[in-house]
Amino acid sequence: MATQQTRSLARFMMAPSVVLLFVWMIVPLLFTLWFSFQQYNPLNPIRDGFVGFSNYALFYSNPAFLQSILNTLTIVVAVLLITVIGGIMLALLIDQPMWGQGIVRILVISPFFVMPPVAALVWKNMIMHPQYGVFADIARFFGGQPIDWFGQYPLTAIIIIVAWQWLPFATLILLTSLQSLDGEQKEAAEMDGAGFVSRFIYLTLPHMSRAITVVILIQTIFLLSVYAEILVTTNGGPGYASTNLPFLVYQKALLEFKIGQASAGGVIAVILANIVAFFAMRAVGKNLDK
Amino acid sequence: MKLRTLTLGLLSASALAFAAHAESITIATVNNGDMVRMQKLTDDFTAKNPDIQLNWVTLEENVLRERVTTDIATKGGQYDVMTIGTYEVPIWAKQSWLLPLDKLGDDYDTKDIIPAISGGLSVDGKLYAAPFYGESSFVMYRKDLMEKAGLTMPDAPTWDFIKQAADKMTDRANGVNGVCLRGKAGWGENMAFLTAMSNSFGARWFDENWKPQFDQPEWKNTLQFYVDLMKADGPEGASSNGFNENLALFQQGKCGMWIDATVAASFVSDPKNSTVADKVGYALAPDNGLGKRGNWLWAWSLAIPAGTQKAEAAEKFVSWATSKAYAELVASKEGWANAPPGTRSSLYANPEYQKAAPFAKMTLDSINAADPKQPTVKPVPYVGVQFVAIPEFQGLGTTVGQLFSAALAGQSSVDDALKQAQDAATAAMTEGGYIQ
Amino acid sequence: MARAVTPQHKTIATAAAWIVALLIFFPILYTVITSFKSEQEAIQGFNLFPSGTMESYSEVQAQSGYFKFFLNSVLLSVGSTILALLVAIPAAWSMAFSPTKRTKDILMWMLSTKMMPAVAVLFPIYLIFRDTGLLDSRIGLMIMLMLINLPIVVWMLYTYFREIPGEILEAARMDGASLWNEIVYVLTPMAVPGIASTMLLNIILAWNEAFWTIRLTTTEAAPLTAFISSFSSPQGLFWAKLSAASTLAIAPILIMGWFSQKQLVRGLTFGAVK
Repeated sequence: MATQQTRSLARFMMAPSVVLLFVWMIVPLLFTLWFSFQQYNPLNPIRDGFVGFSNYALFYSNPAFLQSILNTLTIVVAVLLITVIGGIMLALLIDQPMWGQGIVRILVISPFFVMPPVAALVWKNMIMHPQYGVFADIARFFGGQPIDWFGQYPLTAIIIIVAWQWLPFATLILLTSLQSLDGEQKEAAEMDGAGFVSRFIYLTLPHMSRAITVVILIQTIFLLSVYAEILVTTNGGPGYASTNLPFLVYQKALLEFKIGQASAGGVIAVILANIVAFFAMRAVGKNLDK
Repeated sequence: MKLRTLTLGLLSASALAFAAHAESITIATVNNGDMVRMQKLTDDFTAKNPDIQLNWVTLEENVLRERVTTDIATKGGQYDVMTIGTYEVPIWAKQSWLLPLDKLGDDYDTKDIIPAISGGLSVDGKLYAAPFYGESSFVMYRKDLMEKAGLTMPDAPTWDFIKQAADKMTDRANGVNGVCLRGKAGWGENMAFLTAMSNSFGARWFDENWKPQFDQPEWKNTLQFYVDLMKADGPEGASSNGFNENLALFQQGKCGMWIDATVAASFVSDPKNSTVADKVGYALAPDNGLGKRGNWLWAWSLAIPAGTQKAEAAEKFVSWATSKAYAELVASKEGWANAPPGTRSSLYANPEYQKAAPFAKMTLDSINAADPKQPTVKPVPYVGVQFVAIPEFQGLGTTVGQLFSAALAGQSSVDDALKQAQDAATAAMTEGGYIQ
Repeated sequence: MARAVTPQHKTIATAAAWIVALLIFFPILYTVITSFKSEQEAIQGFNLFPSGTMESYSEVQAQSGYFKFFLNSVLLSVGSTILALLVAIPAAWSMAFSPTKRTKDILMWMLSTKMMPAVAVLFPIYLIFRDTGLLDSRIGLMIMLMLINLPIVVWMLYTYFREIPGEILEAARMDGASLWNEIVYVLTPMAVPGIASTMLLNIILAWNEAFWTIRLTTTEAAPLTAFISSFSSPQGLFWAKLSAASTLAIAPILIMGWFSQKQLVRGLTFGAVK
């Protein structure tokens, strides 16, 4: 009947994107799986061939491996915390009646338009540079020692840069959600004599939960693959202090040209991402089904 | 008459056909000042070779290396001329990835290339890349600060003297650091400096059986000396300083001494950008009396990948860019001081160049003092002064660079850094099949 | 006004919001300011008032020729966006109007295709591009960018379409509207804002993609991300030139974002608002 017809039409309409994405997922994945069991080093092809799981073993025994997983998760969690909490506060602030709200909003969303390498270059050279950066100028103005961000607090520095890039995105989504909150509900709560804090906890926050979920979900996917910012600023160091999983894979692939190990690292990254996504969905996913 | 017209017509037709076949070659290069200048001067080349069109890809050093290595390893065929260094040339030539340069022209004068440089770019007596500019490293110092400290820089200082001078020159209240050295991690960054330095301490990367040597006292002495020196007399945030950062510091008068590439001399002595241009002196890289100095040898060179369809045009370009005539062209446009240094003996014999570049003699002496085949005191199984010319070195050198950079930043101890470096090197050598 | 707003409240909110906004915007602002300094000025400490020299811009232009890269950025981001919309609109449409039990799973699966680190698949992709002759071609890169952003595009459109009430369609059908009229007069006007905002977001993401756009191009197809890579750390003083190049690279998309922010924001909810 009609439903049968609609359903097949629906399938037909969905087909291009599903097929494309399936090919786009499966082809690189198969290649990566295949290479992950090969020794493949285009710079030194003499020993190339099937090597079983030894690429995985080598990748795992890399002294940077465990730290890189920890760093990957730290970046994701820290940036999420900063952008979600900061985003809520910023959204509440911008939602207040004020002069020049439009311009404020434009200024706040601007970092989102900046390409990651430029953002990293700007922060590295203009802002955090221990000699010429603005932070160093401020420290010297107050008679303090400039902080060597990338030497002493490399991971923190990267988290700050990445959070700066994603704060606008979180703020925008949270702000839209906040503005959709029914005015009448708010008023009713105010009439009841609910203070700002209790209004926030019992009315605003539950209303925004869906938006928060969306922010967490989308950002997690992007944050798991942060890499340009590390390459430009710290190159993963000092030591392995700011090496995350994508960066470790990068080092294997484009510095050492050990494609086999890089592929094994890629497979591990996919597994890790799926684990993270699983827990993220468990924790916040029910908000999506409402 | 008729015949002549016909011939003319045929000739012009074939000329047209020829013009329509104008080839375009793609040149990948780094964004260093000398290469940017070359790009600006290409009109001279296209005027002489109207049938060849040049496409430039100018990239930052690391990205460039990534791109050209990926492309040549996969035979992607995206470039007709690649700018590579003395590290890549022997490795790539052995893989037959590069074309030997034997048709550079009659007036090219290959013998004029400084032997230390051409040796590094040749495999089995064949030249596989033409040097665009070459460099060693040496000490640049502030004559005024040295005088204030009551010291005189010898032409060939020792590390002890450097330490003594740095201690005396350091005046942090006035923003003067006794010495500025590379600290940013990377095989071409801090490891270029530290490996060259370690040679003068008698250290080596590997023994004759490819066993890593970071557990030996020579390396411990090198790294300890470096970390102590930088803690006492180095600038803030030294662990993220590379060539550029130190250059800016020196130009701003914030360094008493700086040991780095000889090409830096033309920057620090340029009054337009340097506030200390008239106060800079030069000396050979320091030693420890062991017979080796801590200077490196590098040449950015132009090579032609074996897969190119346009080898002839590419070779014409390479010949133009690395010829004597090119140096004269630069001299006529921007003065002799800007001629690409370190590649040709004739440049250093040129009195005009000697006059324009006070660092000329010291540069040549430094280049001649480096021996890629016998880089350090003890015998080694590898070629290369500040690198080890094996494919594994990029990755390993950078890993070790990270560890040493962490020691400089105070995030790990010298002993830990060396131990981790030894482990990383052992793993890499075992994996690469060097250690059975 | 429903709520009484005291003038003090408004003043404080204004001041606080402006301070925070300016702090967030500061790195961009300072980059633009620095681009109008000479190299010497740029490293001489904090200074908001440059001499206004255009030196850095002319040097950047002389070295790299901005326009070619700019044009490629525009073509790539717009082209890949159109491709993505062509593929995604039908999919999102059917997901929104005839959802099945698996719709949500399919959406999640689509998002999960973004989890493979790009660099891990660089070699296979490079080999495929080499063999198909797509290296350094705009069309190859457009396909690439389309694939990367497709999951986000589908999701964003889906959440938008889902908010279009199905009853309207039925009402239109009851009135005897043909399918064509249904699409032209009922659906399109309702869908356009969502499509517009998806388009804007996708253009931004494509413009700023900095892995594939550098690795798969040489000269013909190289966009502004490659342009910026030739200024990131040259020898010598580079702060002012880097600032000028950065300003040139982000200005077009920033200005586009500013002018279209209302449209962008309207659809940028990913179903977060119900």
